[in-house]
Amino acid sequence: MRKHLRTAPVLLTLLALLAGACGGATATTSPSGPFRVAVVMPSATTDMAYSQSMFQAMKAVQAEMGGESALEFAWSEGMFNVPDAAAAMRDYATQGYDLVIAHGSQYGASVQEVAPDFPDTSFAWGTNVDTFGMPNVFAYTAAAEEGGYVNGVMAAMLTQSKIIGITGPVEVGDAKTYIDGFRNGVAATDPSITINATWTGSFSDVALMTEAANTHIAAGADILTGSSQSVVGSIGAAKDKGGVLWFGTQADQATLAPELVVASQVYDWVGVVKDMIAKHQAGTLGGEVFTLRLSNDGLKIAYGTGYSLPADVRSAAEAAIAGIKDGSIKPLP
Amino acid sequence: MAELFTLPVLLGIAFSGIRLATPYLYAALGETFAQRSGVLNLGVDGIMLMGAFSAFFVALNTGSLWLGLAAAAVVGLLMGLLMALVSITFKAEQGISGIGLYMFGLGLSSLLFRTTVGTVKTISGFQPVKLPLLGDLPILGDIFFRHSLLVYGAFLAVPLAWFILERTTWGLKIRAVGQQPAAADSLGVNVTAVRYACTGLGGVLAGIAGASLSIALTNLFQENLTSGQGFIAVALVYFGGWRPLGVLGGALLFSFVNAFQLWMQVLVPEMEADIAVMLPYLLTIAALAVAVNRTRQPAALAKPFERGEA
Repeated sequence: MRKHLRTAPVLLTLLALLAGACGGATATTSPSGPFRVAVVMPSATTDMAYSQSMFQAMKAVQAEMGGESALEFAWSEGMFNVPDAAAAMRDYATQGYDLVIAHGSQYGASVQEVAPDFPDTSFAWGTNVDTFGMPNVFAYTAAAEEGGYVNGVMAAMLTQSKIIGITGPVEVGDAKTYIDGFRNGVAATDPSITINATWTGSFSDVALMTEAANTHIAAGADILTGSSQSVVGSIGAAKDKGGVLWFGTQADQATLAPELVVASQVYDWVGVVKDMIAKHQAGTLGGEVFTLRLSNDGLKIAYGTGYSLPADVRSAAEAAIAGIKDGSIKPLP
Repeated sequence: MAELFTLPVLLGIAFSGIRLATPYLYAALGETFAQRSGVLNLGVDGIMLMGAFSAFFVALNTGSLWLGLAAAAVVGLLMGLLMALVSITFKAEQGISGIGLYMFGLGLSSLLFRTTVGTVKTISGFQPVKLPLLGDLPILGDIFFRHSLLVYGAFLAVPLAWFILERTTWGLKIRAVGQQPAAADSLGVNVTAVRYACTGLGGVLAGIAGASLSIALTNLFQENLTSGQGFIAVALVYFGGWRPLGVLGGALLFSFVNAFQLWMQVLVPEMEADIAVMLPYLLTIAALAVAVNRTRQPAALAKPFERGEA
């Protein structure tokens, strides 16, 4: 009897894996039909940030190309665990997907390891600019500092307390460049403003992010910004306190708290994905780097829907956008 | 650096520290009951996630925070009883079944969230309540008596847990079952029933810990909202020497250092953020190494009881 009962934890674990697996979406294979793209993402497709931006782009490209008969799209989300993500990438490549997108800067080593085994499959990863010199690897990145600068210009004009709080996750990649651009935009508009920054050391710790936002508010900040999927905690804290404004990045965050989201920098990967598909179909499987910019409409500033932005601030933002596009403004110092 | 030690900042640190300690306290006190009765439940984080989701889901759809809290408690109880079934009745290896329970809670809460709520939403959670008289005390009132009800509940649970464990007959039975189950059994104590009750109670408190995150502190649900807090709670039980007051000390230390490092990042920008973020963990490990008295560990912890063995 006892021996049989030892299997209980194993069963429970299987149950757990099943529950986890049910969340993902899978695609069926079909020979010679649609172009097939698979995306591996670290967080959920509904994270209001990084993964959601790619998910929405894929859906848009799919609709534009004529639906599932023209573009087949499979995805694995919640892949914070890198070895799991690498296994998923290998799986998709084995199943004959034309393009496998590893949507996270933590997946670089996995791409490097898997891509050489599937020379007919295109791999793409980001945000980064390194294709590892491999002929079937694309890299893509976002010039997050551009929208950061624009947000910074607006924030500098709107703050009453002259204190702005930045709630960051980990000081790497586009989380860092967004904030560098933001700081620069604030400083260029009003150098007397104090910018306080905190980093939680995690992309996912919502509770600590909430407390970081509370700390900034207690320290006098009346405007907050930040990046990663954990900033929903910051937005919640700002909403609770009242009278605190928010600037977003990666996805349009206005739906979370319409009355306090002034603007969000939105990543639009549609152009990048379409370019990669076109390249693949033309026989170029990789080797190129794509960058989202304001000038190629990969980055957009989405003004909040429930916040009425003063006209002078809006025109300053538009001037900053124009300046970055024509090169007269450098978003990074 | 000197700015860190001004009154408003110290108040801010204390206030944040108390908020941050809340989920740890509920979860770790619940785990204290389970472990004192001899059951090591490593699935606390999974129960917290299910509790956080249930509370959020019910509050979102009914508008009632209290119903949300009740849902978290019931779901927590069920998860605790599942753990009890596997580890007490089926006598499974507790370290492994706890991890299974964690993965179950993580996967199921994510799945339910995606299918029923879909995207991140915020709700209006438990608001801070200024306690009459106490809330007007200078300094202390600001730190201690202007929190939400779930925060007060967590701190009230500490003396309550101490009283039950150390001053009641039931507490005596729990301790006996965790130390010498065979002896307790021979005196007519129902080892299985006591362990079931304690693991179930642990589940209820872990569920409420999750609810304190989703409907009082962050006021939203996101996949893996706890990001490992349940495991810290298990560590706090060891840290606290299986005593409610020790757990309180550990939870406060960890949370205050966390609050302190956030303020340090704000006020001492030249300090590397990575070092600041490490502080709570470094300090906790150091304190763990120095302070933990393993002799207080329940002798029968994680050992299934088999009548006639031992």
